[in-house]
Amino acid sequence: MRSDPNGRAPLPLKLAAAAGLLFLHLPILLIFVYAFTTEEKSYQWPPPGLTLQWFAVTWNRPDVWQALQLSVQVASIATAIALVLGTLCAAAISSSKFFGREAISLLVILPIALPGIITGISLRSAFSLMEIPFSTWTIMLGHATFCVVVVYNNAVARFRRTSGSMIEASMDLGAKGLQTFRHVVLPNIGTALVAGGMLAFALSFDEVIVTTFTAGQQQTLPIWMLEELIRPRQRPVTNVVAMVVVLVTLLPILAAYYLTRDGDQIAGSGK
Amino acid sequence: MTTAEATRSNLPTILPPSGGILGALSDLFWRRPTVLLVVMLLPPVLWLGVVYLGSLLALLIQSFFSIDEFSGLINREFTLKTYGELLRPANLDIIVRTVVMAALVTLSSAVIAFPIAYFAARYARGKWKALFYLGVMMPLWSSYLVKVYAWKLILAKEGILTWLLSKLHLTALLDAWLSLPVIGGNSLSVSFTGTFIVFVYVWMPFMILPIQAALERVPGNLIEASSDLGATPRQTFRNVLFPLALPGIVAGSIFTFSLTLGDYIIPQIIGTSRLFIGQAVYAHQGTAGNIPLAAAFSVVPIVVMCLYLWGAKRMGAFDAL
Repeated sequence: MRSDPNGRAPLPLKLAAAAGLLFLHLPILLIFVYAFTTEEKSYQWPPPGLTLQWFAVTWNRPDVWQALQLSVQVASIATAIALVLGTLCAAAISSSKFFGREAISLLVILPIALPGIITGISLRSAFSLMEIPFSTWTIMLGHATFCVVVVYNNAVARFRRTSGSMIEASMDLGAKGLQTFRHVVLPNIGTALVAGGMLAFALSFDEVIVTTFTAGQQQTLPIWMLEELIRPRQRPVTNVVAMVVVLVTLLPILAAYYLTRDGDQIAGSGK
Repeated sequence: MTTAEATRSNLPTILPPSGGILGALSDLFWRRPTVLLVVMLLPPVLWLGVVYLGSLLALLIQSFFSIDEFSGLINREFTLKTYGELLRPANLDIIVRTVVMAALVTLSSAVIAFPIAYFAARYARGKWKALFYLGVMMPLWSSYLVKVYAWKLILAKEGILTWLLSKLHLTALLDAWLSLPVIGGNSLSVSFTGTFIVFVYVWMPFMILPIQAALERVPGNLIEASSDLGATPRQTFRNVLFPLALPGIVAGSIFTFSLTLGDYIIPQIIGTSRLFIGQAVYAHQGTAGNIPLAAAFSVVPIVVMCLYLWGAKRMGAFDAL
């Protein structure tokens, strides 16, 4: 095992790491090929021919558009709620030490630490006990609950680097609370919040396990895909949607990475 | 803290009190940080405390109810009968099957993730490091369902894997594997082998970053010292590197283990008709309408995870998160 930091990695290690990364990426790339296949009835490989027609077919499918619209709507509102709650919690946790601080940080992480099915069935049983009918709002409620942690993680990492004396200085110079927030706190934590918000959006946009428990008749895009996976109707349309979903979720991830890459903790290192 | 005392006793300060309600609030928060703390904490704690803990509690309570076998109605009396039902052979099978699968998935994920994490932590520099990071992050954050779907395409009978094996003249090997009991099946997409591969694929990225974080804290000269003292690479790995990386592996395994325990979509789409805990929960609360049993079933992963976390904490895994 060579050990100098500029040394070359042993070949078996290189191969194992490369194989591991290929294992992670090839299946996703395969989706891109299948989006162009002419085969309708099966998952035949190699594709008998390539075509662009399925993009047009998908474009004209109202159910896809409706599911997409609901997903965007749910993700936007869940992200907004998570931004407020997560930032408040992060500010409180990092500003002082108080009794129960550990318990609160555990409480924030819990919805994502426990398996999604538990979050889902808990919410469902609570809704049924309280006789709340399922609606878009119950989906948002669930999504906001597990999105808080993503915003919180990003905000806490940034608050840790921001010195509290800046806030004191601002107040000493006569700024009011809101002014301090607008001119001192916000510019400091802004990019972390944008990154956290994007990750929360991506998380909500993609969520399926909790959603199956908290949705009534509404279909978010992942629920639509799940239906297609269990009972395929038009496979090529699913292929195209899958490819678009991959592209759409990658953008916020890349953006969040570039916004926080200089920090001590980069956004998204935990989902 | 002379200034704090001065403001607290309302002695004249340098600045006059700010006007208006906002100003008064701002002064109040500055003078009494506890008030600000409470105001900041109240919304998130209320939300998570009421919505989330409340729901968990509702679930826990329901697991102590029972279902009347004749009328199918839920009997809201406190009983342990539902938990007793978990011990039926069929239900016990489900629990054992899920826990064994979660353990296997965790072990395999650690084996695949370690070289990637080690390379990224020790040899990748600058641009390569960023590339590795994104290379792990992008599959981690890609859509869960799309990943499962990709494997449905790969494992299908007419799919790329069968095609590849036939080009390599290895079809006989695949057939031999599929004819094995338990792990085999009609095709890979309806066998436990398929379920296992997809589980590893979907949850393995969660293992890489914690291991990488643990390995980055291992000083390079420790490994030099080990080989200077005559250890073979294998000995260095076993006695130096692996023990130091273990907290990271355990931290990563929390994710892979917990996520596999609770998943019900992967075994439904790629797998046999034999159930996993998540599927049992889903089936009992849905068509069967047996919410108490579903609730009792979902307490199992909570208990298993609590035991696991307790063990992980004792091994110092939380410092590597």
